[in-house]
Amino acid sequence: MPDKKGYFGPYGGKFVPETLITPLKELREAFRGAMRDRHFRAELNYYLKVYAGRPTPLYLAENLSKTLGGARIYLKREDLAHTGAHKINNTLGQVLLGKRMGKSRIIAETGAGQHGVATATAAALFNLKCHIYMGEVDVRRQAMNVYRMQLLGAEVIPVKQGSCTLKDAINEAIRDWVTHVKDTFYVIGSVVGPNPYPMMVREFQSVIGREARQQLKRTEGRLPDIIVACVGGGSNALGIFYPFRRDPVRLIGVEAAGLGLDTERHSATLSKGSPGILHGALSYLLQTEDGQIMEAHSLAPGLDYPGVGPEHAFFKDSGMASYVSVTDDEALEGFRILSETEGIIPALESAHAIAYTSRLAPETTDDQIILINLSGRGDKDVAIVAEREKGGKDS
Amino acid sequence: MSRIDLIFKTLKRERKKALIPFITAGDPDLATTKGLVFTLEECGAHIIELGVPFSDPLADGPVIQAASLRALGQGVSLGKVLRLVEEIRQGTEIPLVLMTYYNPVFRLGLEKTARQAALAGVDGFIIPDLPPEEAGEWRELARANNLDVIFLVAPNTPLSRARFVASKTSGFLYAVSVTGITGKRKGIPEGLIHYLRMLRGVTRKPLAVGFGISTPSQVMEIAPLSDGVIVGSALVDLVAHYGNKRGGFAHIRSFVKSIAEALP
Repeated sequence: MPDKKGYFGPYGGKFVPETLITPLKELREAFRGAMRDRHFRAELNYYLKVYAGRPTPLYLAENLSKTLGGARIYLKREDLAHTGAHKINNTLGQVLLGKRMGKSRIIAETGAGQHGVATATAAALFNLKCHIYMGEVDVRRQAMNVYRMQLLGAEVIPVKQGSCTLKDAINEAIRDWVTHVKDTFYVIGSVVGPNPYPMMVREFQSVIGREARQQLKRTEGRLPDIIVACVGGGSNALGIFYPFRRDPVRLIGVEAAGLGLDTERHSATLSKGSPGILHGALSYLLQTEDGQIMEAHSLAPGLDYPGVGPEHAFFKDSGMASYVSVTDDEALEGFRILSETEGIIPALESAHAIAYTSRLAPETTDDQIILINLSGRGDKDVAIVAEREKGGKDS
Repeated sequence: MSRIDLIFKTLKRERKKALIPFITAGDPDLATTKGLVFTLEECGAHIIELGVPFSDPLADGPVIQAASLRALGQGVSLGKVLRLVEEIRQGTEIPLVLMTYYNPVFRLGLEKTARQAALAGVDGFIIPDLPPEEAGEWRELARANNLDVIFLVAPNTPLSRARFVASKTSGFLYAVSVTGITGKRKGIPEGLIHYLRMLRGVTRKPLAVGFGISTPSQVMEIAPLSDGVIVGSALVDLVAHYGNKRGGFAHIRSFVKSIAEALP
């Protein structure tokens, strides 16, 4: 997977303007060539190790396990990776690839700013020019990350089109790429977009699952029973799921139910959406009856996306993984419980996985193992949570 | 023979080139769009492209994005554009081509779209995010309903692929003049002449050039190397300024006439 045309079952593909067809083909070939090249892999692994801090620890959260009752809960500590989230795994891989392809300029979209920061970081490291597209609304909401990107030498371009959020930032990044495709490498932040992006990002993120598998085998001598990860576009989830896809392990993706699945203010694409085409791929979407893309909502800025990676759509339909959702309020509860029991402040995105585990754990037994992908740390969200406590107002 | 084939055949015999204006359906409203179609025909248009508004038009520049948003604000959908075409078709035989992103078509259903479009009097579709590799089923359904499926080539399309795309297109081959998005540009992009000559070598189907064409002098340079020119953003911009102003059509008329006069 995917097949030659970039399909995961019926999902995926390459629904892009003609100008991008040839560059995408070149990208696919360059990626394959790089992955077959021992030197490229060695270089990437070197930076993942000494720069990003891999392998990230696998931590047995004893207090959390005891508090929830039931299975032993392990956390894969992606929050300890450089820049504070799993995003760096992908951006180091893609920026190195861009450099190998002789591109002089890196562009990326960002919603909350995490992928933007991780891209700007990799671009700084490899001395490439970097432009980050970010919706104007997000620029305002995430001023700190905007400044981080600027410190790293990137130029942040506010996007004033459409809903001025992540999906519009992706549109604008694609428009930039269409126009400057010759010297520009587009670093997509999740397992979305046209072929080969969903496969490529999955490959770069699968290091999470490969490490976790080894680490668990070493400490527990066996595989987990359940893996839980949050899903926006779905890169951290696919990164941890993929190396376990053929194992007898329950894979659970947790989407953002926002204000509730019965409202229009959520990001639960797989739970409530329907198939359609957005950003170059066929997958599940939040859309109107007329096929217009709807705005998504989540308290967690990184889950606030009306699409989802096509491989997740395939995992859902084929039953390889199941997808559930938790609301903003439940996620906040997850945020608190991990902070209080373990002294780890999770990203609001990852707090969705914690929240679902709180629901799930009491139904499990103490000889079982739950593995959670703790995809990022929560420093960036402290202001959102504080404001919420103060006003109780929806962001 | 489709209406589009027929018009190109007639024009070829008369040694003329096609004028293909683009407007966004429903900007500023559907009634104005209807009036505009007839006005454009009077001013010498041979084929009219109607843009179906979409929330995420990633091949379009700011002018058409804004038009799309205004039309969406009017509640315009693919279904409504099809009904508009049905009304327009009562009054004219001019070929009408819908330019739409793929998702609204996918959502309405490929078969339903093809059937309803044919019944309404649509002649063809341009779907910029549906390259021939992904369009197998759509092409079959379109052919069964006598709709032309117009594919695009770009300056960075290699020769062998241009041949492939040309073999799949019907009605005409849409040559995108620049590697970029829609929008007005000054002058003629570097390499365009060479690129159009190359395209001439790969197909005998009609060739229409679009993206960035906004002035009579550009048209004069490009027309000899093509069978038609597509004028979008410049016109959409005028519609945005004058579309719903009293007497505003006069500005639109004089612009379209200036383009028509620049064509052989």
